[in-house]
Amino acid sequence: MLTSLILLLVLMILGAIVALESKDLLSGIISLGIIGFALTVIFIVLQAPDLAIVQIIVETLTLVILIAAVLKTTRKDTSEKTDTVKIILWITGLVCVIVFMLAAVKALQYLPEFGSAESLRMAKVYIDQGLALTGASNLVAAVILDFRGYDTLGEATVLFTSVVGIIAVLRTVGRKQS
Amino acid sequence: MIVYVLAILLFLIGLYGIVVKRNLIKIVISLMIMEYAINLFFALIGYREGGAAPIHTEELGDNMVLFVDPLPQALVLTAIVIGLGTTALLVSFAVRIYEKYDTFDVRKIRKLRG
Amino acid sequence: MKGMTLIVKQISQLMVPSIFLLGIYVILHGHLTPGGGFAGGILIAGCFVLLVLAYGSDEVKSEVRKWRASFSESLGIFMFWFLAVLGLVQGSYFFYNIIAKINPGHPGQLFSAGIIPLCNMAIGIEVAGALFAIFITLAVLKAGEKL
Repeated sequence: MLTSLILLLVLMILGAIVALESKDLLSGIISLGIIGFALTVIFIVLQAPDLAIVQIIVETLTLVILIAAVLKTTRKDTSEKTDTVKIILWITGLVCVIVFMLAAVKALQYLPEFGSAESLRMAKVYIDQGLALTGASNLVAAVILDFRGYDTLGEATVLFTSVVGIIAVLRTVGRKQS
Repeated sequence: MIVYVLAILLFLIGLYGIVVKRNLIKIVISLMIMEYAINLFFALIGYREGGAAPIHTEELGDNMVLFVDPLPQALVLTAIVIGLGTTALLVSFAVRIYEKYDTFDVRKIRKLRG
Repeated sequence: MKGMTLIVKQISQLMVPSIFLLGIYVILHGHLTPGGGFAGGILIAGCFVLLVLAYGSDEVKSEVRKWRASFSESLGIFMFWFLAVLGLVQGSYFFYNIIAKINPGHPGQLFSAGIIPLCNMAIGIEVAGALFAIFITLAVLKAGEKL
């Protein structure tokens, strides 16, 4: 199982590199689909069927929205010549990556080994008493709608706000004619 | 431990893209890559060797079985849907900017007026 | 936005009812099987998206559809909030599972777990409305076109 997980992760990394470096925006977006659908398979391997169902549909809808936006505007990537600004950007990116990597290496030492049961300190109550306390067989549904209902209410609010924002940004009625 | 390292590598690729790329759609793509990496990392933390999906069924009965951690899965479930909403908001900003300036290049979008 | 060819139209006509039914099933059984309000809501939004892509936005009449989408979104979020406040009305805390205390039901059956299936329905309505409104606004409308 670990081997298949590592292979899928390498596939995701290759897809990410192709998505960022391709000259055509449409092919970049389709390479983004590689990452999303590989992530779906990883969720199935990790015993998370809820996440796999949501991820596969969300990925499809995301691709539809991005492709529609790109077809409406332009497919060409802006030509990137190598100049001094570009070199400064490269150095800045490298510094950001190195700083984050150092922090991540420091943090990785405190994580428990992959697949060990040590990481279950918080979820012990949810797993042991979730069925008795809520009556829902699906423990994920029990967590998102009963133990952590505030989280889901906040999520619904964020989704509502983003829809309001999209309609406000793309509205055509009441816009000043320039 | 190597799976954690690969997930962090995926996040770093997204970080690099945000800093270096100048095309707005490419920046949206980098943000999505970072989001995928975070979701993946949470799902990896919740996994447990030999665990089953956290759903009680008839066949399992009252036997105590090993479940994977449902808490990170619940957090990621909401994060995925929020990710779609915020991505669509970003894309709508990019489309609006293209309508006004005829380009996705961030260098040419400097003429900010009130 | 123009529609697609006859083949796509016929196939989507066959597929859309079953996708819609699957979405409703996933929402209703969210507390028993994998899925729930999020997955089912996105499935329902997806079947509307399929219709718009196959038949074109002229046939679907974007104005009416968008109004209904934002209406169902607001309705869903209001239902969810109302179910949470029911606990306060009872004299307990926010998100108190009031129905489960009156009639707990047998775990594993459709009518069990109190307000969790109702919350799933509210979230399904909200997510379906929100995602369809996003799609209509972003993908269908052209620059300068009136809603």
